[in-house]
Amino acid sequence: MNSAEAYITGSCIIRDHGIWLNGTLLWEADRSMDLQEWLRAGYDRFSGQYPKFHKMDALSKLGWLAAEVLLKHAPVQALPPEAVGMVLSNRSGSLDTDIRYYATVKEIASPALFVYTLPNIVMGEICIRHGFKGENTFFVSENFDPELMSSYPAQLLHTTPLQACLCGWVEVMGDDYEVALFLLEGQPKDMSRPLTAEALNELYLNNKISK
Amino acid sequence: MEQLMADLKKQIIEQLNLQEVTPESIGNDEPLFKEGLGLDSIDALELIVLLQQHYNIRIANPEQGPEIFYSIRSMAEFIVAQKAKA
Repeated sequence: MNSAEAYITGSCIIRDHGIWLNGTLLWEADRSMDLQEWLRAGYDRFSGQYPKFHKMDALSKLGWLAAEVLLKHAPVQALPPEAVGMVLSNRSGSLDTDIRYYATVKEIASPALFVYTLPNIVMGEICIRHGFKGENTFFVSENFDPELMSSYPAQLLHTTPLQACLCGWVEVMGDDYEVALFLLEGQPKDMSRPLTAEALNELYLNNKISK
Repeated sequence: MEQLMADLKKQIIEQLNLQEVTPESIGNDEPLFKEGLGLDSIDALELIVLLQQHYNIRIANPEQGPEIFYSIRSMAEFIVAQKAKA
């Protein structure tokens, strides 16, 4: 795929209790917080006014929060709903929630947990929040795959009605988590860069807090 | 009845993870779904679980759901009626 056919117009990285937008550290939280405390603090800081957030599983909260931060400064909601799609991936699928749900089955199964026992639900939560109705796909792979995450969304941008596509990595298993969410568009914007596997990988690997 | 309704409010907030709602903000006669507390279909299933877990009540006829779960008061009246039958 020709790199000039699509552009990376934004990025949000969440790891190590820090949130980076387009390479700039927006917020670094107290590392003593557990994941749920940290997610609540992030929600209070960057969003609020969306009570359904509290019902989501950790995977959905992470992806939702990254989209919230990324799209606040890149309002692709102005595009037709069918013109915004999503391609996400992770290593553990919904296993983190599957295990929690299985624990409830011993007594009375939790409907609220059951609805999150698929990894692609995170995309549904983002779509509901922002009104997106474009094509979406969730892949499960051992590691972030910059080749796939550059070639497939680029193909969608040029062979389907999509004009923008969120893509990236949303992983959580227990207390270990990592999000790398990218906004890809068919047209360049300020500070955008051509979409290539190398560019995605560089953005994915950057932005880590020194421990 | 008042104590039962107060208990239900706390249990609903906990079971449905309504972190931005307080018991005081839920009216006894306020609709729980749609324009009231804004609960959804998954919440309805959680309310059925709540009745089973906290009050050992199973809903035999699902069509009764909208009537039973209309408000805190209707839930409390249903629980009292079921206990009286037992």
